[in-house]
Amino acid sequence: MSTVVEPAIPATTQTTMAATTQATNAIETRGLSLWYGDFQALKDVTIDVRPQMITSLIGPSGCGKTTLLRCFNRINERYGNVTTTGEVTILGKNIFDEDVSLSELRRSVGMVFQRPNPLPVSIYRNVLFGIRTHTRWRTFNRAQRDEMVESALRDVQLWGEVKDRLKSKATRLTLEQQQKLCIARLLPLKPRVILMDEPCSALDAEGTERVETLIGELRRTYTIVIVTHNMAQARRVSDECIFMLLGEIIEHSSTSDLFLNPKEEQTEMYIQGRYG
Amino acid sequence: MGIPTTSVAARVRHVWRLSERLREKAIEWAIRICGWSAIFFVLAIFFFVFREAAPMLLGGLDFKEFFTSPNWRPTSQVRPEYGILALLVGSLSLAGVAMAVAVPFGLGAAVFISEFCGGKTKETLKIVIELLAAVPSIVWGFVGLFVLAPLIVEWTGAQVGVNLLNAGIVVALMSVPIIVSIGEDALKAVPDSYREAALSLGASRWEIVYRVLFPAAKNGLLAAVLLGVGRAIGETMAVLMCTGHSINIPHSLLDPIRALTATIATELGDTVEGDEHWQALFTIGVVLFTITFVINLTADLVVKGIRSEKSA
Repeated sequence: MSTVVEPAIPATTQTTMAATTQATNAIETRGLSLWYGDFQALKDVTIDVRPQMITSLIGPSGCGKTTLLRCFNRINERYGNVTTTGEVTILGKNIFDEDVSLSELRRSVGMVFQRPNPLPVSIYRNVLFGIRTHTRWRTFNRAQRDEMVESALRDVQLWGEVKDRLKSKATRLTLEQQQKLCIARLLPLKPRVILMDEPCSALDAEGTERVETLIGELRRTYTIVIVTHNMAQARRVSDECIFMLLGEIIEHSSTSDLFLNPKEEQTEMYIQGRYG
Repeated sequence: MGIPTTSVAARVRHVWRLSERLREKAIEWAIRICGWSAIFFVLAIFFFVFREAAPMLLGGLDFKEFFTSPNWRPTSQVRPEYGILALLVGSLSLAGVAMAVAVPFGLGAAVFISEFCGGKTKETLKIVIELLAAVPSIVWGFVGLFVLAPLIVEWTGAQVGVNLLNAGIVVALMSVPIIVSIGEDALKAVPDSYREAALSLGASRWEIVYRVLFPAAKNGLLAAVLLGVGRAIGETMAVLMCTGHSINIPHSLLDPIRALTATIATELGDTVEGDEHWQALFTIGVVLFTITFVINLTADLVVKGIRSEKSA
């Protein structure tokens, strides 16, 4: 479908990747289309997501923003009737290639869901769930594991609140703490991209503010793509903004441009709240 | 015209509303009685069984001998003996063998149905497994006697094909449907968000099963197994036909055994109502009732455990 040439430098090791990410895009899609059965949810989507930035996907319900997000770690393939064409290149590798391991892809592309979904095990085991999946038994000794947990929880400002009850069930935490934990459990895997699907929609205003601050801080280390219903949130947290409508990309520019001088009429109507 | 009509209509409506309230009450009571009747029947059954066993239970039954003697000789002319140890061990070992077969198969099938297959396969499997539950126990007895027994003789060289192994396999097949359907319900009740969470962290489907679904559904799965055990302990007809029905503490899978249930079934007809043998059989009934009651209660409490945890 696509004729785009992959970046010259293949992302083989962490060091070459680190060197090239500054120059290349974190995510590139070329002519990406997706069908759920007969229904076409994405139409010829071509975008470039820049690294170490927060890119937000906005648009009315059903415009395909969540579908697009769920393409990036190929998690939407779990529903059997999905057909995808086109190319998605993440950190220099087409993720639809035959030799791509889904497990490895999801290791470098983490995801935070709309509804906080910590697993029904302890806080400690939640943080290490990914590591347990990706490394062999006893790769890390106890001290190393403890340290990983502490640093991940510190990074999401949760350590102080939960350090005395790491062994208690994660599902007993407040929604805000749960969502922070869901971010924390990605960090030991050292992902390159973090996908967030309306991460604050289940939280109250204060929780939203604190999680938004957290997302803002993560930007320095990770490329973040965030789907949001809330235009004000897109405006507050994101550096770049993509407006979608009916499965198509309408406009992609820096957030301030998109909100202050939208180029397309549809974008303007949407951000003024005239529909959607 | 307008005023009388409305007043008549209003009166009709008033009466209607009154009768509606009455009907509402009547239906409410009917339903309430249905509900309470379940409790009533259980108590009535227990009362009946206990009443028949009471003279022996309360009047000088040597409990130590009853539970520890392997000698069940109720019809002895010289000295009748009522030791149920062999029967108890028979029943329990039967349940053990049956569960050793049924739990892996049942839980495996539940996992497969709920997680690894979809659409047509899933529906077909569920229907077939429900059919398995609908096979009458006497038919299972035939299967044990005429299909399994010759096979066991051929493969193991045992003297007789009706033994612990035979009955264990038959009872396993009978408990599998229960384990599958309750186990599948338990797995289905695990929120999909858990699966997505694990999947998005790179877990494989099998990893999701044992690292996410098993911990999340453990109470429901345990309840499934316990109800399977209850079925195995309580089953009578197929057990009677497939165990060999000889009083014996089994030392190997190929030893014939005798179960508590089968003993009641075969001997009750030969006793005189109210005599010692009759009372002894009812005492066995009390023992059985207690075992299955405890198992079901545990299963219930275990399932309740899920709910209280969810609400917490």
